[in-house]
Amino acid sequence: MNSGIELKENILTVSSSPHIHGEESVTQIMWNVTLALTPAALFAVYYFGLPALSTMLISILSAMGFEFIVQKIRSKPITISDGSAFLTGLLMAMCLPPNVPIYLPIVGSFFAIVVAKHSMGGLGYNIFNPAHIGRAALMVSWPVAMTAWSQVTTKVDTVTSATPLNILKQQGYGKLVETYGGSSELYKALFWGTRNGSLGETSTILLILGGIYLIYKFYIKWQVPVLMIGTTGLLTWIFGPSGFFTGDPLFHMMSGGLILGAFFMATDMVTIPITRRGQMIFAVGAGALTAIIRLKGGYPEGVCYSILLMNSITPLIDRLFPPVKFGSGRKA
Amino acid sequence: MFKIKRFVGGVHPDDLKRYTEHKEIENAPLPDKVIIPMRQHIGAPCTPIVQKGDVVKKGQVIAKSDAYVSGNIHASISGTVVDFGEYSHPVFGRCPSLVIENDGKDEWADGLPFDRDWVGLDNNELLNIIRDAGIVGMGGATFPTHVKLSPPDDKKIDTFILNAAECEPYLTADHRLMLEHMDCIVTGVKIAMKILGVENAYIGIEDNKLDAINSMSEAFNGTNVKVVSIPTKYPQGAEKVLIKRLLGREVPSGQLPMDVGVVVQNVGTIVAITNAVTKGIPLIERVVTVSGRSVKEPKNLMLRVGSSFKFAIDCCGGLVKSPEKIIMGGPMMGIAQSSMDVPIVKGVSGILCLSKQDVHPGKESTCIHCTRCVQGCPMGLNPSMLSKLGQNNLYQEAKEEFNLFDCVECGSCVFICPAHRNIVQYIRYMKAMNAAEANKNKGDSK
Repeated sequence: MNSGIELKENILTVSSSPHIHGEESVTQIMWNVTLALTPAALFAVYYFGLPALSTMLISILSAMGFEFIVQKIRSKPITISDGSAFLTGLLMAMCLPPNVPIYLPIVGSFFAIVVAKHSMGGLGYNIFNPAHIGRAALMVSWPVAMTAWSQVTTKVDTVTSATPLNILKQQGYGKLVETYGGSSELYKALFWGTRNGSLGETSTILLILGGIYLIYKFYIKWQVPVLMIGTTGLLTWIFGPSGFFTGDPLFHMMSGGLILGAFFMATDMVTIPITRRGQMIFAVGAGALTAIIRLKGGYPEGVCYSILLMNSITPLIDRLFPPVKFGSGRKA
Repeated sequence: MFKIKRFVGGVHPDDLKRYTEHKEIENAPLPDKVIIPMRQHIGAPCTPIVQKGDVVKKGQVIAKSDAYVSGNIHASISGTVVDFGEYSHPVFGRCPSLVIENDGKDEWADGLPFDRDWVGLDNNELLNIIRDAGIVGMGGATFPTHVKLSPPDDKKIDTFILNAAECEPYLTADHRLMLEHMDCIVTGVKIAMKILGVENAYIGIEDNKLDAINSMSEAFNGTNVKVVSIPTKYPQGAEKVLIKRLLGREVPSGQLPMDVGVVVQNVGTIVAITNAVTKGIPLIERVVTVSGRSVKEPKNLMLRVGSSFKFAIDCCGGLVKSPEKIIMGGPMMGIAQSSMDVPIVKGVSGILCLSKQDVHPGKESTCIHCTRCVQGCPMGLNPSMLSKLGQNNLYQEAKEEFNLFDCVECGSCVFICPAHRNIVQYIRYMKAMNAAEANKNKGDSK
């Protein structure tokens, strides 16, 4: 009756259930997020030229290099192929001005990988978003180099080397609209990405496309970018320059690093709360802080700091808003 | 129109039922010997009432217990008792077992089977029949059925649910029973409803078994029994989840379905009840799905209790390639076996020979907090946190602050974890540590 092969002894794996497994891995997630960033990164090379490309490459290579060195020193398995260091390097480069001196992305990667990530225990243990820590460290160390933007020519042939948010902060809304030749031209520049700013943050449409891919892959919850961008838009509209409800929410929502931050930074799995409710609170908090920094703070832009500040209370949010337990009578 | 209630959590593994769902239940040949363990149920183990050398017949009681929560054990073949000793057991590792050598006659014990008109019997008589027949929950939990069917007087039961979800991948035993033994199920549901004194019953069937939904709807047409098609999602066959899905009632943490007025029985159990009540046949055989890529010809087999896994696999043409794992039960909650020389007990719903490709093994890495386990948990827990607590031996904190004991070990979290973390293993470890501690404290206070 038995026509099959014999079972050799001691070859069966005995382990705890379950015995089947979904196919997605951490490595796949990291490379898919990288893929989602690619259109905006390519646009940066097209619009800002080779300096953008070299900044991104240096940042990525140094991030992977630092990860390799740290893991060698700590005698841990080398995991640079899992894509997380690559992604951190790329994300940090996308928040830098295109023409920074080459030592900036290297130092930034050091802070991102060594200080923010591996000093906390490596992948999964960091409290703060590594890419934003890298950027924040550079911002306080080289404030001038970090705000030396490219020369950009607008639709009405005005040459400007300031970001739209800079113009707004220093010269007011009227001057901003004038520089870009009318508000519809301003919106167009923000939407397509033909404006000044950090190299990867300019193109709203390409970043949103990447974000939709992440939502489709269930990597991020749509509530996070929507609530964060919405909160910033709402607050900047209410607290406008000439009284209540005179702000320009559309401008604020598309300018600065808000789109990039809301879709790719605030949603960083490691540093965001674990429940949907917690993530929604996080998003509203980050959006509100962004608006406060932009409207009342000394900096023209606040996405980076607002996300880092919210990162610091992620463990607290996790504690206060745990998942709704089955059988507790409450609605999940 | 009946409205399905939402349940939070769950995952969508490939159901992989295609290997066996269209194959009729096949009566397996008789094995040369059977090994019958004394523990095939939750509750007190049985003690043998036959001795080495005794001649026994099919259906004869060979071991019993005086305890209320227990299940009688019967000879599954006719033959001679050749040994009583420790043998391998698919759940407990090793267990005292009786070994019966087949005499090839397959003779029934005196008077079996016979026709019985159950309608005139009262509840006590029915429950005694079920108890004497050794019927236990055949979905895998093996809780004695007569206990489950006689809730304490202060629990008012208003609904009976037949659990036909069969949400575990690969398994098709209940599916085939529904197609081939419809009459038994109709009678069994009536018996269960009579014992419980309920007017309403639901049959929850996942919508990947459309033929079963159709045939059951037809069979129960015009009765108080509602056949409900529920969207396929694991772990819907978990009692608490199924009750929520059908009735919208949540069984509070630490309580039982009867606390919300519901008793749930599995399809296999209902068929066994019918056989016992109408024909006097005790639980000596069951349907087992033998499947997986490593087995030559996957089948649904009717196998005698005590046949070995190896025997069952040989009935399906044997192994075609080295299996990575052999599993008793389904792939999500089943138990991995270290050998094929273990007997089939009453709770074995499937024998799976999974190849490496089926198992999709991966290396465990650190948690990246991706939230999938939290979204997938049907019990509303934080598996990510529980796994980290387990890794760091913080089992008390897990119990007190993270609802460790609400986990039903369904495995959804591990299934979707991209970091391949063995979350359920950590949880089992912490449950065991807490239990050990509780035992120790009990000892100290004496």
